[in-house]
Amino acid sequence: MVTFWLLAPVMVAAALGILFARKAVHAALLLAVVMIGLAILYAVQDAPFLFAVQIIVYTGAILMLFLFVLMLVGVDASDSVVETIKGQRLAATIVGLLFGAVLVLGVAQVTIGATVGLDVANADGNVQGLAQLLFSNYVFAFEATSALLITAAIGAMVLAHRERLTPKQTQADLAAQRMRDYVDHGKHLGPLPSPGVFARHNAVDTPALLPDGTPAETSVSRLLVARGTVRSAPALADDIDELTRSMREEGSVRPGAPGESVPPAEDENDEVK
Amino acid sequence: MDPTPFLALSAILFTIGCIGVLTRRNAIVVFMCVELMLNASNLALVTFSRVHGNLDGQVGAFFVMVVAAAEVVVGLAIIMTIFRTRRSASVDDASLLKY
Amino acid sequence: MSVTSSALILLSEEAHEGTVPVIDPTAADGVLSLLWLIIALPALGAAVILVAGGTRTRAWAHLLGCATVLASFVISLLAFFALLGRDADDRSVSQFLYTWVDAGGFTADMSLLYDPLSAVFLLLITGVGGLIHVYSVGYMAHDERRARFFGYLNLFVAAMLLLVLADNYLGVFLGWEGVGLASYLLIGFWQHKPSAAVAAKKAFVVNRVGDIGMALGTMLAFATFGTTAFAGISAVAGEAEQATLTALGLLFLLAACGKSAQVPLQSWLLDAMEGPTPVSALIHAATMVTAGVYLVVRSNFIYDYTEVAQTAVVIVGVVTLLWGAIIGCAKDDIKKVLAGSTMSQIGYMMLAAGFGPFGYAFAIFHLLAHGFFKANMFLAVGLGPAGYVAGLAHLYAHGFFKAGLFLGAGSVMHAMNDQVDMRHYGALQKAVPVTFLTFSMGYLAIIGFPGFSGFWSKDRIIEAAFGENLVIGLAALVGAGITAFYMTRLMLMTFFGKKRWEEGVHPHESPKIMTVPLIVLAALSVFGGLLVLGDWIVDWLDPVVGVTQHHELAFSPIVYSLIITVVVAVGVAIAWLTVGKSEVPRVAPTNVSFVTRAARADLYGDALNEELLMRPGDRFVTGLIAFDDRGVDGAVDGTGAAFAGMSARFRRLQTGYVRSYALSVLGGSLLVVVALLAVNLT
Repeated sequence: MVTFWLLAPVMVAAALGILFARKAVHAALLLAVVMIGLAILYAVQDAPFLFAVQIIVYTGAILMLFLFVLMLVGVDASDSVVETIKGQRLAATIVGLLFGAVLVLGVAQVTIGATVGLDVANADGNVQGLAQLLFSNYVFAFEATSALLITAAIGAMVLAHRERLTPKQTQADLAAQRMRDYVDHGKHLGPLPSPGVFARHNAVDTPALLPDGTPAETSVSRLLVARGTVRSAPALADDIDELTRSMREEGSVRPGAPGESVPPAEDENDEVK
Repeated sequence: MDPTPFLALSAILFTIGCIGVLTRRNAIVVFMCVELMLNASNLALVTFSRVHGNLDGQVGAFFVMVVAAAEVVVGLAIIMTIFRTRRSASVDDASLLKY
Repeated sequence: MSVTSSALILLSEEAHEGTVPVIDPTAADGVLSLLWLIIALPALGAAVILVAGGTRTRAWAHLLGCATVLASFVISLLAFFALLGRDADDRSVSQFLYTWVDAGGFTADMSLLYDPLSAVFLLLITGVGGLIHVYSVGYMAHDERRARFFGYLNLFVAAMLLLVLADNYLGVFLGWEGVGLASYLLIGFWQHKPSAAVAAKKAFVVNRVGDIGMALGTMLAFATFGTTAFAGISAVAGEAEQATLTALGLLFLLAACGKSAQVPLQSWLLDAMEGPTPVSALIHAATMVTAGVYLVVRSNFIYDYTEVAQTAVVIVGVVTLLWGAIIGCAKDDIKKVLAGSTMSQIGYMMLAAGFGPFGYAFAIFHLLAHGFFKANMFLAVGLGPAGYVAGLAHLYAHGFFKAGLFLGAGSVMHAMNDQVDMRHYGALQKAVPVTFLTFSMGYLAIIGFPGFSGFWSKDRIIEAAFGENLVIGLAALVGAGITAFYMTRLMLMTFFGKKRWEEGVHPHESPKIMTVPLIVLAALSVFGGLLVLGDWIVDWLDPVVGVTQHHELAFSPIVYSLIITVVVAVGVAIAWLTVGKSEVPRVAPTNVSFVTRAARADLYGDALNEELLMRPGDRFVTGLIAFDDRGVDGAVDGTGAAFAGMSARFRRLQTGYVRSYALSVLGGSLLVVVALLAVNLT
C-alpha cells in the first residue's frame, strides 16, 4: 500500500502533465512515467507477467513507436494549446470531471467483498497460470488476436506504403542530370563546398569563405539558413579582427598563425594570389 | 490491500485520458490519451483479478494490451498517411465531413 | 284500413301474374344465327375506317360505311321475316356468343336477345341509319374528313345495335356508353368550332349523370337478383321487395332521362344540334334518344310492379312534352325547333310508357269485377302494356318522320349555304320542291294530320292519357296543339312568304343521293301509321310487354280523334294568323312577352342548371381547393417545413470535428453510468 500511495500522486501528476504539455515529446515521456508506474502497480498486485509485458510492450515498443512517429511528423501548429472549437474545452472539462466524480463516487460507494488474493492462483507460477488459461479457456480469443495482429501488420504496411508515381532515379540518371545542368545553366559539376573552410569555426553553421572573403551560401544546409542559426561572414570577420588585435597586444601571436588577418580583406586577397 | 484506491486511481486516470482526448488537437497526443484510458482500464482489470482470486482479469488485461498494440500500429500508420497528404497532424483539420 | 290495403296489394300482385311476361328465349337457328353479324358488320366497318385512318380510306370509307349498315339492314329484314314465321309465343330468340365476364359469383354472357321489341328497333336503326348513311354521302361530300365521319357513324350504329340486342343490363350498358361516346364524337365533329366542342362536352357530361343511373341500376339489379340478364330478372322480378323495384325503376328512369333528353337532363339536346345534320337526324332524333324509351319498355317487368316509378315516368313525360313544345315555338334556328320537337315527342313516348301505375287500379277493379261481371272483363284492364305499345308505335313513326324532317332541314340548310336561321329563309317551296314535298309529309305526320303515321300513334297516346287521368290527357292534348303551332310556324317561315335570303345565296335542290332517302322516309311517314292500323304492332309486341287489352274510354275513340284534330287545327290556325299573315322580320324582335323570352332561353333550363348545380359546385370546389391549399397542403408543408427548420438547426451539431463527437459520446457514457448507478445503488 505504501508503494501505491507513493506512486499514485506521481502518476496522476504525470497524467495531468500529458494534458498540459505543450510538446508532444513531453507528453510521450510523461506517458512513459504513468506506464512504468502502472507496471509497478501490476507487480504489487501479484501480476509479474503483466509487469514485464507492460514494461516491454508498452513502455518499450509502443511508446518508442510514438516517439518515432513524432520524429517523422515533426512539430506543427497542432501542438498549440489554443482551443479552436468554441466551448469545447469548458464542456469537455465539465463533462469529464462529472464523469470522473461519478466513477470515483460509484467505486467508493460499492462494497467490494473480501479480497481473495492470488496466492492460490499463482501457486504454480503466474506465467504458468496465465498460460493455462490462455490455451484452454481463451484459446479462440488468443487465435483471433493473432489474426488481428497479422491484419494490423499488413494494414500498417499498406497504409505506410507510398505509391511511386515517377520512375526511380538511378545513379546514372542523377549523373546525367548533373551534366545537363552544367551544360544548360553552367552549374558546378563537383560537390558542394564544405562549411567552415577558412572561417574561424569549422562548425556546420559557419559558411565557408570564398577567396574574396565573402561567405559561400551553398556551403551550409538550407535548413540552418531557414532557422536563422547561420552566422554571417562579416560578423565573423569582425570577431576575427577583434581576436587578432587582442592577441597582438598580448604579443603571443606568431605571424602567419591561423586566424591572423591584418587587414582581413587584403589578407584574403593575398591568399587568392 | 484495499482494492478501492486502485479502482479510484483507475477511474481518475481514465477521466484524465478522456479529457485529453477531448481537448488536445495533436492526433498523436490524442492517441496517447487513448492509450492512457486503456491502461487505466487494465489497472482495474488487474485489481479485480486480485479481488476475485483468479487470473481471468489478468488475461483480459493481456488481451487489451495486444489489441492496443495492434491499434497503435494501424492508428499511427493512419496518422502518418493523413500527415503525408495534409501536412498536418491536427484532428481538427480533418473536418470535411460536416453540414 | 291497413289490412284492406295490404290485401289489395296482394291481389294486385296476383292480378299481374298473367300480364307481365317472362322472357324465356329459345336458341337461335337458321337465319337467326346470323344475328351477331348485324352488330359485327358496322363494328368492323368502324374498326377498319378508324384504325386505318382518314387519309388512307378517303376514297372508299363512305361506301364501306353504307355497305355495312345496309348489309345489317338486310340481315335484320331476313331475321324479321324469320321471326314472323314463328308462333307468337315462340318469338323470343337468344344467341350465346361468349362468356364476357366470369368473376367469382358474377357471370355476364355476351348473348343477344332477339324478340319482337328488338326486331322493330333493329329495323328502325339499320333502316333509318342506312338511309342517313346514304344521305350523308352527299351531305358530307365536301368535308375532307368524311371518312372519319363514316367511321364514327358506323361506331354509333354498332353500339346502338348492341344496346337493343343485348340480353342483359351489362350488355345494354356497354352499348349505352358506346352510343354516348359516338354521340360525343359526332356532336363535336366540327371541333374547330368552339360551340361544337362545348356542345359535345355538355352532351357527354349531362349523359354521364344519366349513366350513373344506368350503372347503379345494373348493380342494384345484380345485387337483388344475382344476375343482370333480362330473362333471369323477369322470372323473379315479382318476388322482389317493392322498395327495391321502385329504386330500380327510378334509376333506370334517370338513365332514360339522360339519354332521351327528358327533363331535368334535357339541356344537352338543343346544343347537340351543333353536330352535322345527319348526326342530328340519326342520333338526336331517330335512334339514340329513343334508347331511354327502349330501356323503360324493356324493363317493363320492373315498372309493372312499381307504381311510384311509373308515376315518375308519366310526370317526366308530361313535363317534357310541354317543355319541348314551348321551346320549339320560340326558336328561330330550324334545327333547334326540331330538337325541341324531338324532346316533346319523346315526352309523349315516355308518357305512354309510364301508363302502368293506373293499370294497378284497373287491375284491382278488374279482379273485383271478374267474379260479378265476367262478361264485362274488358271494362277495366291493365293499361301498362297498351301504353308501351302506343309509346313504341309513336317512337317508330317518330323515327321516320323526325328523321325525314331533319334530313329535310339538312337539305334546306344545304341549299341555303348552311344557314340555320329560319328568319333568313322563306319562299323556298319553289326553290327546293322535292325537299318541300318530303318535308311536308313529315310535317303532316308530326302534327297528327288524319291518315298520317303521327296521327295514329299520337292519337293512341292521348286516348290512353285521357283514359288514365284527365289532367294528363289535357296536357297531352295541349301539347299536340302546340306541336301543330310550332311546326306550322316552321313550315311557313321556311317555305312560304317572301324571300328573306342572305345576299349571294342561290338555293338549289340537293343531289339525288340526298333526296332519295328523303322520299323513302316521307313515304314511311305517310304509311307508317298502317302499322298501328289493325293493331298489328299491338299484337306483335304482345309476347314482350304482355297481353294488351283495349281500355274503356269515356267516349268512343272517334270522339277523341275529332277533339285532337280540332285542337291541331286550332294550333295550325293560330300559327297561320301570327306568322303566315304578317311579315316575318329578319331580325328576331326583342320586345316580346316573357313567355317568348323564356322559351328562347330554353325555359331557363341552362340557367337553372347553372344556378342550382354549377354555382354551388363551383363554390364547393373553390372551398375544397382552399381547404386543400391551406388545410391539407398547410399541414403537410408545415410538417415538412417544421422538420426542415429543425434539421437546419440540428445539423449545426455536425461540425465535422471528431472531438465534438467524442464529447457527445462521453456525455452519453456519463448518462449510462449515472443510470447504472442509479439502478444499482437504489
